[in-house]
Amino acid sequence: MTTPATHEDPLLLYGESFASRLLLGTSRYPSPATLEAAVRRAQPAMLTASLRRQGAAQPEAGNAFWKLLQDLAVPVLPNTAGCHTAQEVITTAQMAREVFNTPWIKLELIGDDYSLQPDTLNLVDCARQLINDGFKVLPYCTEDLVLCQRLVDVGCQAVMPWAAPIGTGRGPVNPYAMRLLRERLNVPLIVDAGLGLPSHACTVMEWGFDAVLLNTAVALAQSPVDMAGAFADAVRAGRAAFRSGAMQPQDSAQPSTPVMGTPFWHHN
Amino acid sequence: MNVLINQEPRELPDHATLADALKVWEPPAVFAAAVNLQFVPRTAYAQHRLNDGDRIEIIAPITGG
Repeated sequence: MTTPATHEDPLLLYGESFASRLLLGTSRYPSPATLEAAVRRAQPAMLTASLRRQGAAQPEAGNAFWKLLQDLAVPVLPNTAGCHTAQEVITTAQMAREVFNTPWIKLELIGDDYSLQPDTLNLVDCARQLINDGFKVLPYCTEDLVLCQRLVDVGCQAVMPWAAPIGTGRGPVNPYAMRLLRERLNVPLIVDAGLGLPSHACTVMEWGFDAVLLNTAVALAQSPVDMAGAFADAVRAGRAAFRSGAMQPQDSAQPSTPVMGTPFWHHN
Repeated sequence: MNVLINQEPRELPDHATLADALKVWEPPAVFAAAVNLQFVPRTAYAQHRLNDGDRIEIIAPITGG
């Protein structure tokens, strides 16, 4: 379902307009049919995909997924998941550009295998190389303000800070830093990784983040299709709330019903 | 010469190209290739001469987050 408000408020990335503010991963679903149904329910702006070695005598393994991507006709955002060096990232990105016929790349440069934290010390130079090579880079990064600023400085027109480590479903674990990041940077910010509940997605959208990228929270739900719809609704609700301008919290109670004319009420 | 294709050893004739290696491997319909961690575009397969010990990677689309 796409609301009229969504069309009036598109997500703009590298000059391209997207009606949805939800980006969806394609891994870990119980079946390809469930993935397809979840995508049709969520109507995401982009679908993430990856590349892996194809063994001999198993040529059909990747072809079914390829056919599904063609049928869904949602823009593909290839990732560089599993890359630990800039050279691995660059080569994987170039291979992805040829396979998926797209300049978009989700830059993942892993620095720690346990937390899957990005290699923040080498991420900026890696992004710079990709941008110089013509890619539209969406870097997966931490919520570190200076890191994100440096990514913007080298030409990233959007950045994708994590809310929590990939697949943890913990929601935003560092709200102060994320809200500060939102306050300080003017480029689109996509929360990528760590969201577990629609309320997490709604919360970061209320804070003014521009979109969310999800995978595990949908794929591992008992009903991934319904959860995909719940996340899509939550993202729309959070965005609408952000645009609506929330009231400021007050220290004291304020009656919402007028006091004037209250029956049976006497001044002593 | 001996090469590795996706970490599996394969023997190829001397002066073989990447196109020759792909005939041996029979890749899926949609794939991309790299040699020694350098991307090789599909338009260059027939011209890309291989050397003994080259490491060839053939990758295909899979699901991802």
